[in-house]
Amino acid sequence: MSSLSATIQNVFNEPGCGKNANKSEAERKKGCTKQLQPGGAAGGCAFDGAKVALQPLTDVAHLVHGPIACEGNSWDNRGAASSGSQIWRTGFTTDINETDVVFGGEKRLYKAIKEIIEKYDPPAVFVYQTCVPAMTGDDINAVCKAASAKFGKPCIPVNSPGFVGPKNLGNKLAGEALLDHVIGTVEPEVTTPYDLNIIGEYNLSGELWQVKPLFDELGIRISACISGDGRYKDVASSHRARAAMMVCSKAMINVARKMEERYGIPFFEGSFYGIQDSSDSLREIARLLVERGAPADLLERTEAVIAREEAKAWAAIEPFKKRLTGKKVLLITGGVKSWSVVAALQEAGMELVGTSVKKSTKEDKERIKELMGQDAHMIDDMAPREMYKMLKDAKADIMLSGGKSQFVALKAAMPWLDINQERSHAYMGYIGMVKLVAEIDKAIYNPMWEQLRKRAPWESASTTWQAKAIAQANAEAAALAADPVAAEAVRRAKKICHCKSVGLGTIEDAIKAHALTDVAGVRTHTNASGGCGACAGRVEDILARVSAPAELLQAAE
Amino acid sequence: MAKVTIGKKACAVNPLKMSQPIGGSFAFLGLRGAMPLLHGSQGCTSFGLTLFVRHFKEAVPMQTTAMSEVATVLGGYENVEQAILNIYKKQKPEIIGICSTGVTETKGDDVDGYIRLIREKHPELANYPLVYVSTPDFKDAFQDGWDKTVAKMVEVLVDKPTSIRRDPARVNVLPGCHLTPGDIEELRTIFEDFGLEPSFLPDIGGSLDGHIPDEFTPTTIGGIGLEEIATMGSASWTIAIGAQMKRAAEAMQARTGVPYRLFERLCGLLPNDEFMTFLSEISGRPVPAKYRRQRGQLADAMLDAHFHIGGRKLAIGAEPDLLFDVASMLHDMGAEIAVAITTTQSPVLERMPCAEVLIGDLEDLETQAKARDCGLMMTHSHGRQAAARLKIPFYRIGFPMFDRLGAGHLLTVGYRGTRDLIFALANLIIADREDNHQPTPDTWLDPWAEHQAPIDSAVVAPLH
Repeated sequence: MSSLSATIQNVFNEPGCGKNANKSEAERKKGCTKQLQPGGAAGGCAFDGAKVALQPLTDVAHLVHGPIACEGNSWDNRGAASSGSQIWRTGFTTDINETDVVFGGEKRLYKAIKEIIEKYDPPAVFVYQTCVPAMTGDDINAVCKAASAKFGKPCIPVNSPGFVGPKNLGNKLAGEALLDHVIGTVEPEVTTPYDLNIIGEYNLSGELWQVKPLFDELGIRISACISGDGRYKDVASSHRARAAMMVCSKAMINVARKMEERYGIPFFEGSFYGIQDSSDSLREIARLLVERGAPADLLERTEAVIAREEAKAWAAIEPFKKRLTGKKVLLITGGVKSWSVVAALQEAGMELVGTSVKKSTKEDKERIKELMGQDAHMIDDMAPREMYKMLKDAKADIMLSGGKSQFVALKAAMPWLDINQERSHAYMGYIGMVKLVAEIDKAIYNPMWEQLRKRAPWESASTTWQAKAIAQANAEAAALAADPVAAEAVRRAKKICHCKSVGLGTIEDAIKAHALTDVAGVRTHTNASGGCGACAGRVEDILARVSAPAELLQAAE
Repeated sequence: MAKVTIGKKACAVNPLKMSQPIGGSFAFLGLRGAMPLLHGSQGCTSFGLTLFVRHFKEAVPMQTTAMSEVATVLGGYENVEQAILNIYKKQKPEIIGICSTGVTETKGDDVDGYIRLIREKHPELANYPLVYVSTPDFKDAFQDGWDKTVAKMVEVLVDKPTSIRRDPARVNVLPGCHLTPGDIEELRTIFEDFGLEPSFLPDIGGSLDGHIPDEFTPTTIGGIGLEEIATMGSASWTIAIGAQMKRAAEAMQARTGVPYRLFERLCGLLPNDEFMTFLSEISGRPVPAKYRRQRGQLADAMLDAHFHIGGRKLAIGAEPDLLFDVASMLHDMGAEIAVAITTTQSPVLERMPCAEVLIGDLEDLETQAKARDCGLMMTHSHGRQAAARLKIPFYRIGFPMFDRLGAGHLLTVGYRGTRDLIFALANLIIADREDNHQPTPDTWLDPWAEHQAPIDSAVVAPLH
């Protein structure tokens, strides 16, 4: 386990992560992960994260070493798509029993690898460690090494047992496994000046294929996608690519950065969600490839494709403008990918509620991203009744969010669209954005809503569940208004930093007590914004409000 | 009749089985105002939660003690305490149901002891309903987790009766985990039509039937209430459905003296005749005309469908009680149960109407279905890949069913439920014949081929 904890520290020290670089040494050690709160946690474990990140590799056998829960409860539940092998959708697990727990499961694991290779003959077997065998001390590295030697086939240990942390840590540990055991182990048969790696893209709903035709047209070759629709051999030989795009997500930044360090492959962070982002990404890819020796005409050809695709996309969105102008969208997502749809929604005439940003300049985008990240945290913690009230108060016409809030939104008769990873529609690239606008239109204009919002014939206006929910919320608000002490307690308890679970009162007290003036100071004293960092903006607002009078006083003196 | 064998592979491929703590949590979801809590790392909960949400298409309450590596090694007392306190303060459930997992069982956390300490330390929790069940992931399966949990609920939540007076109309119903919310609703109607007042423990019909709740709560939105469970000792009968519920029924009898009757099956003509006869006896009422008509409809459905179902070779993968119920009904319709795969031991398995039952996985189901030339596959949604590869019709039964809507409303119980199931299966077979097996001028070119090959169902060729 010592090597695992070293890997984790290494991941926490990731210099490519801007948030991380801003932290003090001590904070960095604590890690970038959200502190898990017993009884108040949501989301997957590190094993889940590792599996999410690697399972889209389509021709590999993914073997989970653990009790039935880890694979039996979760297999074949991802929407990634494959253009070839389906073996990635096959559930392999050692399904360890009591005997294995007592006497160790290494023999079973070795035999399991043997069975898989004999029956399915994949180019590689990925072995995932889980909590129970990690506790009992099964050494999957040693088993993988022995099996690789014996069967002449790469067996890749993925050391990411669930209890070491949350999902995003698992994403990074998966990346480390690729860096340690896969990338650079095979030389490619052919290379071209147009070879590009795409890192951190999972090809959900096959959305990579919404963009791939543009690459094909430009002659850009995806040498490896890590990991959507990926092949083992392509990833193993991906160290010869000329450039890399890290798809707008920090999930695999360690892979992108270390490949730059080890193999000199420059990367940029980009996204294919949204029209502007798609164009920016294509431009950046062309620029990097030309910089690394591709013929310069690629730049012009790329501009021509961008101009054509943008014109087509806006023309396709135009007919929706009349129907969607003035419609209010409540966009709530923690997924960094999704904020880039904002421009397209605005272009189609829609307004965003819940954020005060009207236009999407670069700074505004950062602001939206931050606000939405915060809201996504907030909604995780929200009771369904509060969420219903929020939907009602927002007077939104549609809510776009991740799966978790789906059922409350729908039961509140609120049109809803899934924009997180469980979604079944593909929204990438130019065509993807048009699809998104079309889906929104379809959802809002469904005639069903009118019927569903009518009350049952035997109900009066005050006995519907909607009325009861609002009445209950109002009663609570009234009770608070009548009790200033309680109201103050609630105000102070309002959570500002969700990662570290820090309330408004704690932050205000610290600012006053230590005359703090910046976020870093607040972080040192309260730990607020020491997690994902999304609440930095809120902390700034509080600083402005609380410390302003003191500064004014000082100025007066 | 059947030989029960346990698979010998080191690697389970395409698991049929799901873990015990998920089955246990499922039982807690049938209580009103409940919050299931898994004592394990947060992934244990998150995977289970995702399963339920995808199956029922509902928000499902479920929490975790979020065990870290360090907490696991040092013991989980603080995590259990914090989790209970946080849930108690925030979601304010009427009951917290706790299941252990593989990781905390490997360490050997004494959760019963923890709970005693927590009650001492926090007087507000002294009498707060907390039910704990030990459900290690590395033993048994989903169905076992459910039955252990229901038995534990009976032991902890049912009051010992203070008088021996029983309410003749009141019956306790202990349904197995293979029944859907729709099955529970069907049974409720049947009981009520006999003038009986059933208490279902657990009652997922009230909580997971996909209704719009009267009030938004962060806990379960329906199910049986604690006060109703407490008074189950005043019922005149306990009716257990599925062999798995024997343990809970015996616990009820031991605690309250209420006698029980176990119905291992409620799918098919004869099992329902038995059920109706029993209800008529205990209620003192004749079988209502409605069910007499339904019996006729089922009989007619069997007549119409036996042309299609009779002689079909079936491959079924399901947990023991569901497997036994559905396979027996189809066997009684003339189908051949060529392949039967299940997840865990049960006394019903050796009474299965087939030669062999294998405790195995969906790879076994697929290879054997291929070798034995099965013409219909029945299992949970994960069988979709196998059925597609074999190009045979596929009917989803059991949990999870994540790639179709309405999982909560599928019926297998009662005359009506059996009738609808038979129609659905026969229609699948008819459609398959029309789509894939239309005769062509070449169909009978080599008419004796299938009669010359030696028929040996024991020979199983490898899949790939």
